[in-house]
Amino acid sequence: MRLEAKPRPSMAMLVLYPVGAVAVTLVVTSLLVLAAGASPLPVFVLVAKGAAGSQFALLETLTRATPLIFTGLAVAVAFRAKLWNIGAEAQLYIGGVVTVVLGTGALPLPAPILIPVIMIAVMVAGGLMLLGPAILKTRFGVDEVVTTLLLNFIVLLFVSMLLEGVLKDPMGLGWPQSQMVAADARLPRIIQGRRFHYGFVIALVAAFAIWFIMKKTTLGYEMRAVGHNPQAARFAGIPVNGVLMKTALISGGLAALAGFSEVAGLKGNLTLDLSPGFGYTGIVVAMLAMLNPLGVVAAAIFVAGIFVGADAMSRAAGVPSYIADVMVATSLLTMVTAIMLSRYRIRWR
Amino acid sequence: MSTAPSDSAQPVLRLSGITKRFGALVANDAIDLTLERGEVVALLGENGAGKTTLMNILFGHYVADEGSVTAFGQPIAPGDPRAALDAGIGMVHQHFTLADNMTVLENIALGTQSAWSWRFDRRGARARIAELARDFGLAVDPDKPVSALAVGERQRVEILKALYREARILILDEPTAVLTPGETEALFRTLKLLVAKGLSIIFISHKLNEVMAVSDRVVVLRGGKVAGERVTDETTRQELAALMVGREIVLPQAEPRAPGPVLLELTGVSTNGEGTQLDDVSLELRAGVITGLAGVSGNGQGAIADLLSGMIAPSGGTMVVAGERITEWSPRDALARGIARIPEDRHAVGSIADMSVMENVISERYRDPQFSRRGLVDWHAARAFAEKLVRDYEVKCPSPDARIRLLSGGNMQKLILGRALDPQPVVILANQPTRGLDIGAVSYVHERLIEARDRGAAVLLISEDLDEVLRLSDRVHVISKGRLTPAFARGERSLAQLGELMAGHGMENAA
Repeated sequence: MRLEAKPRPSMAMLVLYPVGAVAVTLVVTSLLVLAAGASPLPVFVLVAKGAAGSQFALLETLTRATPLIFTGLAVAVAFRAKLWNIGAEAQLYIGGVVTVVLGTGALPLPAPILIPVIMIAVMVAGGLMLLGPAILKTRFGVDEVVTTLLLNFIVLLFVSMLLEGVLKDPMGLGWPQSQMVAADARLPRIIQGRRFHYGFVIALVAAFAIWFIMKKTTLGYEMRAVGHNPQAARFAGIPVNGVLMKTALISGGLAALAGFSEVAGLKGNLTLDLSPGFGYTGIVVAMLAMLNPLGVVAAAIFVAGIFVGADAMSRAAGVPSYIADVMVATSLLTMVTAIMLSRYRIRWR
Repeated sequence: MSTAPSDSAQPVLRLSGITKRFGALVANDAIDLTLERGEVVALLGENGAGKTTLMNILFGHYVADEGSVTAFGQPIAPGDPRAALDAGIGMVHQHFTLADNMTVLENIALGTQSAWSWRFDRRGARARIAELARDFGLAVDPDKPVSALAVGERQRVEILKALYREARILILDEPTAVLTPGETEALFRTLKLLVAKGLSIIFISHKLNEVMAVSDRVVVLRGGKVAGERVTDETTRQELAALMVGREIVLPQAEPRAPGPVLLELTGVSTNGEGTQLDDVSLELRAGVITGLAGVSGNGQGAIADLLSGMIAPSGGTMVVAGERITEWSPRDALARGIARIPEDRHAVGSIADMSVMENVISERYRDPQFSRRGLVDWHAARAFAEKLVRDYEVKCPSPDARIRLLSGGNMQKLILGRALDPQPVVILANQPTRGLDIGAVSYVHERLIEARDRGAAVLLISEDLDEVLRLSDRVHVISKGRLTPAFARGERSLAQLGELMAGHGMENAA
């Protein structure tokens, strides 16, 4: 068996392969639904309804998509320059810590000033979290996959220490949680009575900003060149290491904004379950979007929809909501396969 | 044809009607080729003529769409790499396939016995290798690690390896590309011994003089078809060149000009790094002069190219560019001082394969006001520039948005040439500027380099093709083991003398 490059994917292929990928995903998960003792079609309808069947469901999906847009963008930017940032989870938690430290009364500023100040501090902190691994990579050749991945565990333990110590809410009845951030540091709700908040708008702005940077600026050009061929980039006079540092700052900053948005927009305080793996799911989102910043928005909504929909379905149909993890994972595999098939054809001798 | 030996034995190898298509491209179009016992057939053709595809079909890497292969009267199963080996066909690749960390003996015997047998008959293997080496003039020390061998010796190991596997047909792919003139002669003597013992050889090349020297018969491929077949004794270089290209090509000859001021000067320069490094090298590049650097690959050409490109800085000695002593040195500094670079490897270093033509042509200048303002790339200007280069440098390219990997080698090189020469550089580093190009593109690149020289640029031409160096250069240095000979004027040293110097003999008293 071998792969042969196809000349150029046609329009039909570009539509057909993703549709095929979704179809395969549905077939595979159908088998699991059957195994769980339910019939697939009603289950899928319940998932779809739970994700987008009402205003409430849709807003819940968008709320869940918000941190995924940030982490998806963080991963997309870094992967574009072939900086393998697996540490969005850690950067997210650092973003949450900074939000809590600055948002619980340390800075007596009005909201229009306080929120931007916190956001900048959050981005700097997240960026620095990734700068360390980037320096180790460029200076000493330390594999950033290992360092960023392991930092996730270190940071989670560090946050745990803070929540049991200096950041512990004295009124929290002994739970490992921080104080609530002040009202001036909160992101307002977009629709009263719903959890949907302005973090989503900031995420959309971030996606457009990243799209603009990648497409129009010299920095975006440098990042793509370094990602495609660092040797040729260096030969052409592109400062490869400097570009990787800037990429690290942007990527880490974006991931940290996910933590800010979750604390300031949704939860109000920092706990150890701030993120159910948004940092890792961001990798899936970025890959589904083929690293396109605007695609990240769509992919994040898609993935969030599956999770939210599966939760609703699980309550109604009694099929475990773990099916959502399987659906997301399967859709990633089929999507990646579809992308490959649209570029190569397989020859069986 | 008329060349078959008088005995009526059937050909040892017969390829008939081989056709292979890749999409719309017909790489091999109904190719017939026969090889008789004890014969050297040269397979001559430009890059892209279909030589490699044909050999890949013979060795089962590709399956032909039509046609068949028979060796010694037996058909060879298509698509099975073992079938050709089992039929007694051995190949010596252009890039050697030896394991560096193992000895000659281990390399030769490697893979000839079952992976499940734990006993290795070292003594038997050694005896056979010694016998083969004696019979065919292929002297090598079987216990030396391959990493300690010179290039010519490695090639002998490759040939021994094929013979050890009882190959009766040897295929040599561009065997002289890495050899000095002396080593090339030794190879040719070995080939004569081999055919005298009844082996048959296919010699793949695009160098006419070698084809004339070594073959009995020449098959010329052009555009995937057999363009002609000639008995070597009954043809001429001119006729073969015309068959190969399909038209007459005259390579430009550089007329000498009065040298101008020194634009780049190295004095006692040494470098640190991987591979062969420079050792006390002094070099002057003058305006209006093409300085050639002849040498066998791996003798420090990479280091001197990296130095001029800005990829490395000197570790000792001084470098002066346009009268100014260099202290800070990077690719960007080199570009800022008007050094144009044509890198040796246009695929891995000279271009970014998955980016567009438009993105590639601005890679050295995207920060110029011409192409960006306040951090924003002016893609209209980039597109216009790409279109201009495509026009001025006769590049065949579907559009400025096409990924550069879709371009042929010659067109990619023209684009890199255009990118380098468009800003009117004062110094031009041309490292293997025509490697792998067809003769039409070679002549184009040469013309442009001569044109740049005539405009007053100082050119450093690094090439392993001695013909190219001698034809273009006003002055020639020989590089060997990281050291340079003094410059020779055009015609001051004979080919044989240069060959000796390239092999590292007499560097001390070369002056």
